[in-house]
Amino acid sequence: MKNIKIFTAFILVLFGANVIAASSNVKLESANTDISDYDSLKRGAKHFMNYCSGCHSIELMRYNRIGQDLGMSEDEVVSDLLYAGSKPGEKMKSAISTSASTKWFGGTPPDLSLTSRSRGVDWIYSYLKGFYPDAKRTFGVNNHVLANASMPDVLWSLRQSKSAEAFDQDVRDITNFLDYVGEPAKLVRVDLGIKVMLFLAVLLVLSYLLKKEYWKDVKYGKWKAK
Amino acid sequence: MSGQEIDLKKRRFLTQATSVVGAVGVGFVAWPFLSTWSPSAAAKAAGAPVDVDISKLEPGQLVRVLWRKKPVWIFRRDDQIISDLKTLESDLADPNNEQQQQPEYAKNPTRSIKPEIAVIIGVCTHLGCSPTYRPEVGAADLGGDSWKGGFYCPCHGSKFDLAGRVYAGVPAPTNLVVPPYHFVNDSLIRVGVDPQA
Amino acid sequence: MDNNKNWIDQRFPLTKVWNEHLAEYYTPRNFNFWYFFGSLAILVLVIQLITGIFLTMHFKPEAGLAFDSVEYIMRDVDWGWLIRYMHSTGASAFFVVVYLHMYRALIYGSYKAPRELIWIIGMVIYIALMAEAFMGYVLPWGQMSYWGAQVIISLFGSVPVIGPDLLVWILGDYAVGDAALNRFFSLHVIAMPLILVVLVFLHIVALHTVGSNNPDGIEIKKNKDKNGIPKDGIPFHPYYSVKDIVGVVVFLMIFSAVIFFAPALNGYFLEHANFVEANPLKTPEHIAPLWYLTPFYSVLRAIPPMFGSQFPGVLAMFAALLIFFALPWLDRSKVKSIRYRSLPYKIALGIFVVSFVWLGYLGMQPVTPMNAFLARVFTATYFGFFILMPWFTSIGQTKPVPERLTGV
Repeated sequence: MKNIKIFTAFILVLFGANVIAASSNVKLESANTDISDYDSLKRGAKHFMNYCSGCHSIELMRYNRIGQDLGMSEDEVVSDLLYAGSKPGEKMKSAISTSASTKWFGGTPPDLSLTSRSRGVDWIYSYLKGFYPDAKRTFGVNNHVLANASMPDVLWSLRQSKSAEAFDQDVRDITNFLDYVGEPAKLVRVDLGIKVMLFLAVLLVLSYLLKKEYWKDVKYGKWKAK
Repeated sequence: MSGQEIDLKKRRFLTQATSVVGAVGVGFVAWPFLSTWSPSAAAKAAGAPVDVDISKLEPGQLVRVLWRKKPVWIFRRDDQIISDLKTLESDLADPNNEQQQQPEYAKNPTRSIKPEIAVIIGVCTHLGCSPTYRPEVGAADLGGDSWKGGFYCPCHGSKFDLAGRVYAGVPAPTNLVVPPYHFVNDSLIRVGVDPQA
Repeated sequence: MDNNKNWIDQRFPLTKVWNEHLAEYYTPRNFNFWYFFGSLAILVLVIQLITGIFLTMHFKPEAGLAFDSVEYIMRDVDWGWLIRYMHSTGASAFFVVVYLHMYRALIYGSYKAPRELIWIIGMVIYIALMAEAFMGYVLPWGQMSYWGAQVIISLFGSVPVIGPDLLVWILGDYAVGDAALNRFFSLHVIAMPLILVVLVFLHIVALHTVGSNNPDGIEIKKNKDKNGIPKDGIPFHPYYSVKDIVGVVVFLMIFSAVIFFAPALNGYFLEHANFVEANPLKTPEHIAPLWYLTPFYSVLRAIPPMFGSQFPGVLAMFAALLIFFALPWLDRSKVKSIRYRSLPYKIALGIFVVSFVWLGYLGMQPVTPMNAFLARVFTATYFGFFILMPWFTSIGQTKPVPERLTGV
């Protein structure tokens, strides 16, 4: 009994603490994204291309992969996502050149392929919403989540033109899209996991009955050495 | 107590049922492992269709492009070559393209969409070498007067005509492969995609 | 069929091996939950070998390519993500299973005579596994891979006199880089797996020579019937083979749940910072080894530098590991199983388990004065368990051990 208690306590320690939260003292807003919401992902993809991809690459992603995963036709991929001159099978580079970005931002804007995995979706959501005016900074804005970020508030025009809820949804869509970009397999793995669990449940029932059947020999002393 | 009885039939059934379900599970697990060997998205992207500009292609001239890491020959045939193709039929192994070595739309005497433009994968059907382009009519080492131009494989001596058809009595068993392709316009060929229906 | 069998048996001891190790290998009839973890460890080893072989086909052991090649597996290779998650989850699962397997040995005294060699081989497996896991963790070439390697390998630099030269020799360079990645790759995919497979084989050979211990800690071979078969023994096959299948399926359910629903397990199985490519110019805010190494990492940090050297901490860390080897000789008790042990032993074991788990937890946390103090306390109780063992195992009242196994 004691063993099981220790075991339980161990499991609690394992799942209870959150390693990401421990390293950051800014309170993050919950992003509330839903990766199975394909419409949100598609809107997010469009917004990403309009507002982010000018400076940020997602180099681990291919255009046509997004099309296949989100059920977009080849034409939609070409019209909504592709930069002129790139091919659907190519990886998604940013439009800006390194020399230009160094001149404007003092460095290359980071690739965002894995930001959702290294920072978490709540961080992205809070960061995008976290800009506030600060005359001391080059672009006139600073950020609550990432102090002295050298990035302008690119969603400024969106924020001005809509209600707070609609803007939050836009940010959520972009965040959702980046979550998908961080791990495209996430779209299929949960569904597949449920099927695997059901299959194993069947196997569990069968193997348990099999064990019980054989162990009757042991239980009732009917086993005899040959 | 009836629970104590050993029911051999039940035991056999459970053994078989567990084995079968387990084997199905192993099959399901094997599938992803085997799938990792199929071309990755990167390989597929690298093997994407290739566009070739043929507006400056002279009669007899041959250009090579790589499609799916294989050489593809694109060359222009003049009327003389096209009429010579007919005269060779008795020397060939499969003059009428019975073997499925070309798409349906290229199953014709010139093995092409337009008679003057040939598009052929330059990989010998014997053991995969790339044959040499030998357009010169009457080449002494390739049978003299009967040679109307074609391809010669340096590895094992297979010979093909200018439609990629294999000569009889050489190691290569079948005609060269014609890849899927279509004309985007008069001067542009896209290798790797069938014509739109 | 029988003819074929004879043909083989004349040339290879197939039937003999089958009988000696399965059909006529007599095992105590009262194994409980804790006895699943041996066969599960073999299962995880097989999973790691097979997934590892397939990952090796797509991975590039080159500092400039390694990180992207892992993401290539995750995205561009068909089903690559599943194989990679199986391997990364398998690494942690291996340690979960092995820790539970070792704890089983502790509570039922499976390390005591005549099973000292099984224990020692097992400990070598455990250490080899740590080396294997550490080198495997370097390969994805993320920030944690890089800086974790930097920290762990720097330990060798603290060895007096030869340290700095040793460090450069191990790295093949002046810092962790392509040379280190390449040699770790070779050791991870060839040398260590071979060693592990051989060690596991030896572990089982030694086990089958003396036979399994059991929750009562009684030798079943002392009570044999007229045919020389232990009265409390049952053949491993079919009874424990069918029972282990149930354990395997339950394990696979937990394993799959992690793979499909939480493959990074909140940063415990795949650390967040490891999704950023290695950058020698930028150390992450907080470096911690993966959870299975943290108890020893805590011991390392608990010992303050002495004589201007970190070496005493390094020694303490290795001592914490190596002291396990002495266990069979430190334990003076006549009783094997926790069921019949004296109260002082039970208390000591409880304190040890708490110390080990807490050290593991502290090893993942940033160093604060409080954490450092706790780490020192638990380091003391950790070593106390071993050093005081000859004393607390010879005092107190043990319960009488029955002649025959109890329960089924």
